[in-house]
Order: sequence, then structure tokens, then C-alpha cells
Amino acid sequence: MTGTATPTYIGSRVARKEDPRLITGEGTFTDDVMLQGMAYLTLVRSPHAHARIRRIDTAAAKKEPGVVAVLTGKDLEVTGMLPVFITVPSMNGSKHMPIATDKARYAGDAVAAVVADTRDAAKRAADLIAVDYEPLPVVVDASKALEAGAPILHEELGSNLVFTYPVKGGDIDKAFKDAEIKINQRIVNQRLIPNAMEPRAVTAKFEAGELTLWTTTQIPHFVQLIVALNLGLGQNKVRVIAPEVGGGFGSKLQVYAEELLVGHLAKTLGRPVKWTEERREGYLATIHGRDHVSDVELAAKRDGTILGLRVRTVANVGAYLQAFAPGIPTILHVFIVPGPYRIPAFDYEMRGAYTNTTPVDAYRGAGRPEAALLIERIMDRLADEIGMDPAEVRRKNFIPSDAFPFNTISGITYDSGDYAPALDRALAMADYKGFEKRRAEAKARGNYRGIGISSYVEICGLAPSKANAALGVGWGGYESARIRVHATGAVQVFTGTSPHGQGHETSWAQIAADALGVSPNDIEVRHGDTFESPGMGVGTFGSRSLAVGGIAVHKAAEKVREKVVQIGAHLLEASPTDIVVEGGKVFVKGVPDKAKNFGDISMAAYLANNLPDGMEPGLEATVYYDPPNFTFPFGTHIAEVEVDGETGAVQIVKYSACDDCGRQINPMIVEGQLHGGITQGIGQALYEGAVYDNDGQLLSGSMMEYHVPSAEDVPAFDLDSTVTLTNTNPLGVKGIGEAGTIGSTPAAVNAVIDALSPLGIKHIDMPLTSEKIWRAIRAAGEGRR
Amino acid sequence: MITHPFTYQAPSTIDEAVQQLDRSDEGKVIAGGHSLLPLMKLGLAQPEALIDLRRIASLREIRGEADGTIAIGALATHRDITHDQTVRAKLVALAEAAGAVGDLQVRARGTIGGSLAHADPAADEPAPALAYDAIIRAVGPKGRRDIKASEYFKGVFETALAANEIIAEIRFPAPAGRTGGAYAKFAHPASGFAITGVAAVITIKADGTVERAAIGVTGAAAAAYRATAAEKALAGTNGDAKAIAAAAAKAADGITALSDLAASSDYRKHLVTVYAKRAIERAISRAKA
Repeated sequence: MTGTATPTYIGSRVARKEDPRLITGEGTFTDDVMLQGMAYLTLVRSPHAHARIRRIDTAAAKKEPGVVAVLTGKDLEVTGMLPVFITVPSMNGSKHMPIATDKARYAGDAVAAVVADTRDAAKRAADLIAVDYEPLPVVVDASKALEAGAPILHEELGSNLVFTYPVKGGDIDKAFKDAEIKINQRIVNQRLIPNAMEPRAVTAKFEAGELTLWTTTQIPHFVQLIVALNLGLGQNKVRVIAPEVGGGFGSKLQVYAEELLVGHLAKTLGRPVKWTEERREGYLATIHGRDHVSDVELAAKRDGTILGLRVRTVANVGAYLQAFAPGIPTILHVFIVPGPYRIPAFDYEMRGAYTNTTPVDAYRGAGRPEAALLIERIMDRLADEIGMDPAEVRRKNFIPSDAFPFNTISGITYDSGDYAPALDRALAMADYKGFEKRRAEAKARGNYRGIGISSYVEICGLAPSKANAALGVGWGGYESARIRVHATGAVQVFTGTSPHGQGHETSWAQIAADALGVSPNDIEVRHGDTFESPGMGVGTFGSRSLAVGGIAVHKAAEKVREKVVQIGAHLLEASPTDIVVEGGKVFVKGVPDKAKNFGDISMAAYLANNLPDGMEPGLEATVYYDPPNFTFPFGTHIAEVEVDGETGAVQIVKYSACDDCGRQINPMIVEGQLHGGITQGIGQALYEGAVYDNDGQLLSGSMMEYHVPSAEDVPAFDLDSTVTLTNTNPLGVKGIGEAGTIGSTPAAVNAVIDALSPLGIKHIDMPLTSEKIWRAIRAAGEGRR
Repeated sequence: MITHPFTYQAPSTIDEAVQQLDRSDEGKVIAGGHSLLPLMKLGLAQPEALIDLRRIASLREIRGEADGTIAIGALATHRDITHDQTVRAKLVALAEAAGAVGDLQVRARGTIGGSLAHADPAADEPAPALAYDAIIRAVGPKGRRDIKASEYFKGVFETALAANEIIAEIRFPAPAGRTGGAYAKFAHPASGFAITGVAAVITIKADGTVERAAIGVTGAAAAAYRATAAEKALAGTNGDAKAIAAAAAKAADGITALSDLAASSDYRKHLVTVYAKRAIERAISRAKA
């Protein structure tokens, strides 16, 4: 770590500075913002998954007491289209208006808007709007959407094909020709509903030509940019504030229709406007995640050596392309599919398809959990086929530690890695050697016990701006930070990242504290307000905040530190190279009793009458940091499960994980990220799944049907880590926000399949519900009779 | 959000409550509100009048009567029931069922009277009410009426209760000596409601043979029911594993099982047999203890 002395706070378990106000209910969320004269927006949403809008009768709604405005898509075309930030080759982009004008393309597509004095009045009026729909044929399955004769969602595109994205490396034909073992497996990665604890909300006011918009977002600066461009306002006249945001997981990584609408309505109606999503509404109108069907073929030798991997996947993008949707099944998925393994030949073709379903975009892990499941399931299938221990099959194919930086067959460069120690540690924690005894004990109880391994690599630190451009991402991948030391010595850090649960206020304070030689408690981290930020921020997603935004903070702090050293040297009449900055003091090495206080230095910077020649007054620095590469965290997760032999119900009985995210700034926050991430990944493995009927109606439409796991569904996690620094950035940090979700899903699935393997069961698609398992057990039993 | 208007009254006696209910057009009685309020928020229930029983303190009592009957007031919360020493000692299947309702917050507000009046097919307490031969004591404009649990549950949200009647208490006759009870539940992973809940109440003779078996099943069919075929199969046996398995296998006989995303009707029927076995095993071992 350049310039910084031995870290004091980096690496320590500093209690989260943001927690007291959140735990005591003092945080202000978007729906808490109450403004004088505020009106409320409600949207009328199509009950049909696909229907032409013939006529909308708003007369009765307009007469309802308290109604301010009733508007349809035609009235609101002025707000412009919703943005898509990524363009991949051959992409057929969809026209996506905030309110549908011609057709509703999924159940939940907005068709009209009501603004009223109260929420009640708005809802009552919305019920009075009569929409004359002409129902059209519906397609919900992505493969069927690509068949000839399928109902077309966007007629102007001619088909439902969004893109075909091929990535190839090595000689795939030779790999399959030389193969001693070939494995084919269809793997379904089901659609998930994000379920952030805080539903979405937007509040806006327009005063003196300036629009202030509070919103539940992970990317306030992008919202600012698009709202300004679409509504014809100067970017300097649009202030976007993401106050407390209660979770996102990618579902708030959008510029949503409601943000444009509330901004437009506040501007045109002359009074503040608020929209707050209801949970059931969110199930329809907030993006979904995942939804891949993959056909996977593996070529290998009998000794377990992988020769080649061929994959054909159809990704369901839903009814419209959302902001980052084109990049999730492609950039963030295809390239990382080889995982931690040396794979000599690779042939992947990803196709995207429009369907009459809620749009799909990033959901925690975003493309990488789909990759990890695919490769980790096929590794277990290979182990099963050749009768080799799954741990050994993995070890045999791991990229060796001396091969880094490693160019993958898919065409990216892994920065650093040492995969075997994480596997070994996880195996030891899981008492892998003693497992067969536990399997036998469970069998005596009438149950099936299994153990499942998942070794993963993921992509974080999104992203070098030039790499972004090459991949079709229409914006840079830098992050910004400004550090301002006031005259009194009070320190403020302004960050372009936008935390919504990640604890940046604590981690960024730790990073700045070590550079400035003060306590994290003396540093205030501010975020989420585009009028306070350094100018442009990219935001918080893709486990990028630390490896990009944290580095920007570090670099800004180093700049400020350098000025502190210069001023200190001047005041103490010493050489800058002899100046020590620590414990809130600045002194000459070896003479701590003649120290200046940190506040003396900052005061001198603003008194400005005794500074080194030519030095500018003031004490602050702004940094825009663009990373030179991505980072690639890795690890091994091991789940142990017991399946009830009579009901098929799965219990996770033990969970061990060893993750490597490079240097850890705050190990407690790392563990917290893993606890949530692992639980979320187990949710996909065992419980969650959006279910549509053939008419495009979402059957899993509420939390009464859709199970988001909680603490009682999972055991205490046994966590450990290895630390392999990256050379990509000066702190050697990688990212941990999504690792738990990426590692845990395949571990849990592999454990269940391992439990059932004595019955000859080789694969079951997620979610591994008790009924599905019961049916598989019963079918296996019948097959044996 | 509840968008439709309604009147609200909170009478202090049950007779007053009955009068108000009888006078109202589309009135609904509210106790803990944990079934009614969600329906109102979704617009699925739109009562014009709410009659809140919360001020009628006597309705929350749980008392043992001279003949051994345990009378549980309609306003007793699930949590009150779970923690009541008499219920835990005499009606353990009821204590377990009440303890299996929802989560802590729901148990602290939701009431047994509300649960039985609402008659959600997946509610827990109907199963022990059936298995203990409870009497639902209702009060209406014409006075008091006792309804046997076995004649009370009619279908999905359908009961023998008239629109102008209010449940005052649920009366559990004292179980015979050497009786054990148990409630075994397979909960819906998301909602926590019973996909299957089985209450078994088993009385054994001094020699260990089963004198009487009462098995109430909830969650599986449109209404909670007594598994009479299983009861008959178990009575008179020595209650060993084989006898239990044979009886439990009949616990879903003749029913039309519900089906939803979490469990098809086949699977539900299977779960009824598994959970009947588990409930019976525990009930017998308690009877013997």
C-alpha cells in the first residue's frame, strides 16, 4: 500500500457507523420524505401479458374527488424512452416507453397514470379507468419465443431474438473427438424475484427551475443524467438523492419509468409528487433475475482432465431490454463460465429472447451465479461418471497458482489466484473425510445425506473504461472520491458509490483514516446526493465499490496526506521524508513530543499565511480512478444436507466456506456480505422461483407463495478466508458483495444431488423443493423395481 | 392500503357486539385482525362496518371448569394458548398447534376465535379442535348455540357459524386419563401455513392397547377433517410401529386434496400420511409416559 504506514484500521472489525441510526429507525428513506402539498402517483398496470390497447376511458377517474391528473401513454411520451446502457453485437433493442402506448407486453406493464391528493384517492381513481384491451397470443418460454410462428412482442424487430452472442476458444471439435467421456446436461437456472426489503419509491419537487428527486437507486448519477436528458433540464438543475436505500441486489440498478414520470409530473404539475411501490406491484414491475436454460456438453478424459466445454443457452430477457440487461447473460456470464479450471477448448453461444414476462436484469451475482452453477454441476456430473472424488476432479483441473496472470480460453485475464488452498481449507472445515460415516448414520434414520462442493471464480471491479467500451458498455467504469478536510480538522469523504446496505460509511472511513492518521470515527462519509458528490459517480453494483470506489477514496486520501506532510514539514522545519502522520498528530520521526495536531495543519491550510512557497490554500482532493483490470475473487463453498427420506424436505445441516477476496478492509463486513449472500444463494437452490402460467400470469405473485429464506432456514456458517492480493489496485482488494450468492447455489444443489446419488439420481433442476425431490425419489424407486 | 370506507365500533359486551353485527349490512367482526386486515388491504374483503371485540376482556380468558372442561375465550391469542399451563398439561396438541401458527408477531395478535371463524383451510387450530372434540360456543341475536367441531368446518372459509353470530369461546372437554396428544405440521415454506397439519389425540388402556384415537387434519382439504378411517384402524391395536404405519396410511382416505404451487394434491395426500404417523407416534409415547 503505497505511502501508507502499517495499516491501523484497514483489516480491523470496526463496528458499522451507519447501524445506530438504521437500527433505531432514524434513517430517512425515500418514502419518508414528506413535502408540503405533495400529490401521489398510482399506475394502472395491464392484467394481460400481451394485449393491444384499443381505448382508455379516463372520464370516471377524472371525476373522482381529489384527483389531480389522469394520464395515458400518449400524454407521457414526452418523458422519452427508458435507457439501455449496453449494446452487444447483433442486438435488437426494444422501444421501451414509461407508459405503454400501443401494446402491453407483460402483466404489470403500465398503461395509465393517476395523480391525486392522497394515495387512497389515486388508487380509487385508478380502479375507475376502463382500458379496452385486445388480448394477443402470449409467449413466456424463451425457447418457444424463438420458434417460427411465436407471437412477436416488438413487431418492428421482426422476431423475439435479442442477440446471438458467441464466444469461442481452442479447437472444440478436436476436444470432442479426443474425448473418452462426454457428458450432456440440460441445466435450468430459474427466474428469481429480487425482493429488496425496501420496495421502490420516488419523491420529487420542482422549485425555482430545479428538480430534486429522491429515489431508491444504486446509481443516482445515472438517474440524474437520464432524467436531465429526457426531461430537457440542465444536468446542473437535476439533483438526485438516494437517501437510505434498503437493499437492491441489482433491482435498483435501473432508470425506471417511475423516476422519469415522477420527475416529469413534479415539473409540470407544480407540486411535489410521490410514488411508492406496493410489494405485489413490485413482483410485477421491478426487474427479475436469472432465467437461463442451458444445454451443456463436456468433453473429458477418464482421468478427469477436461478437454472442452460446449454450451448453448437461451436467456429470457422479458418483455423489454432494461438498462444493463444485454450485458448480464453475455459479458458477466459467458466469459467466466470456465471458472477456476483450465479448459483447452470452449464454444459458447448465448441467445437472448423477448417474452411476455417482467423484464430481467441484474440480480446479485448477475450472470456469474448462472456460470458457477453450470460449470460446478458439470464437474460433479463428470466426477460421478468416472467415479472420482468431486474434490479431486476440481483439484486436477484447477489453474495452477504459478500460471497467473492467466489468460482464459474465453478471452479474459485473471489477475491472481491460488485455488487449491481455499479448497483444502474448506474440505478440512467441512470434515469432508468423515462424511461417509455421517451419510451412513443418516441412512439408518431413513434419510439421505449429501455433501456438495462449489469452487468459483467471479468478476469484480467493474470496470476499466476502455474494456467497457470494447464490450459495448456505454459508459466508463471509473469511480470518484473527494476528501475535504475542514479548517478544524473535520474530515468528509464524498464518494460516487451509492451504498444500500454495504457499509461504505465504515469501510471508506477506515481507508481514509489509515492515510490521514486519524480515527474512522472522525471521518464522515457522504454518499448518494449528486449535488454533494465529486461530480460523476458510477454507483454500487457488481461488487465494484471497494475495488474501484474504495481505491478512489484511498488515492484522494493519499493526495491529502501528501499535502499534510508538506505543511507539517514546513511548520516543523523538517524534511517531508522525515514526517510521520499518525494518531491525529504530525511530527518529525523520533520527536513525537513536538507534534502538531492534525487540526493545526488543516487550520494552517486555510489561514494560508504560512504555507510552503507556491502551495494552494485549502486541504482537499478529488480523484477519478479508472481501474486497469477487473479483479477475480474466488473460493470454495461446501454444503452438507440431509434429505427427509419420507417427504423430500431438505435441511442444510452444515455449511463451510473459504473465500478469497484479496485484502479485507473490514472482516466483519466481509462476513456479513457472505452471510446474506450464502442465504440468498441457498434461496435459489432450494426455494425461490418465479412461476408463470401459459397466459403470462405470475403465479408466484407474493411473499405468500415465494419463499425468501431467513435465518431459520440456514445453519450457522463456518467461514474462513485466504488472502491472495491483486496487483490491479494499490490496496490489493477484490470484492465480496456477490461471492456468497455465487458460491452457495451450486454447493447446495450438488449436496442434494449427492445425497440422492445412491438412488441413481444425477440432476434435478432448481428450486429443489421437497415435492420435486419426493417425486425424484419415488421415480428412482419405481425405476429399480 | 385499505381504500374503501367503513365504520368502526368497539363494544364492551358481546351482546352489544352481536346487536351491532346484526344491525349492520356488511359487517365483520375483528379480533386479532391477522386474517381480515390482509384481505381488506387486497380489496378481497370490503366490510362496511368493523365490530372490534378488543374491549370485551372476558373473551380472552382461559379457564378450567369443575367438570374438567377447558374453556378458551375467543380472544385468547395463539401465544396465550401456547403458554397456558392447563392447555400445555391437558391439551398438548392444541398448545403445539397454537405455537406453530405464523410467527411471534402473528401469535401475539392472532386469536383462536378469529382463526376458527375465518376457517382458512390451512389454519392450524382446526386440527386440534377436531381431535379434542371441541365445542364452538357462538352467540347470536337468539342467544347461545353450541356447535360441535365435527359439524363446524364446512369448506374453504365456510363454517356453520351464521353471519350474525360471534364465537364466544371454544370448549374442550377434559381428555380421559392416559391420553397423549401431538400436532405435527409440514409448513408452507413461504407463508408458514400448514400444507399439512395433523393433530393426534390417543387414549390407551392400562395394557397399552389403543382405546381411542382421534385424528384431526388441516391444510390438506377444503376444510379440516377427522381422519376416521385411520382412527378406526388404530383403535384396538397395540400401537406399535406397524399399527401406526397402517393407520397413518389411511389418514388421507377419501379426501379431495388441495393443490397449489407448493404441493400438488398427490404430494399433499402423501404428506398427510407421513405427518399422521409422526403425530400418532408422539401422541402414543406421551400417553404412555
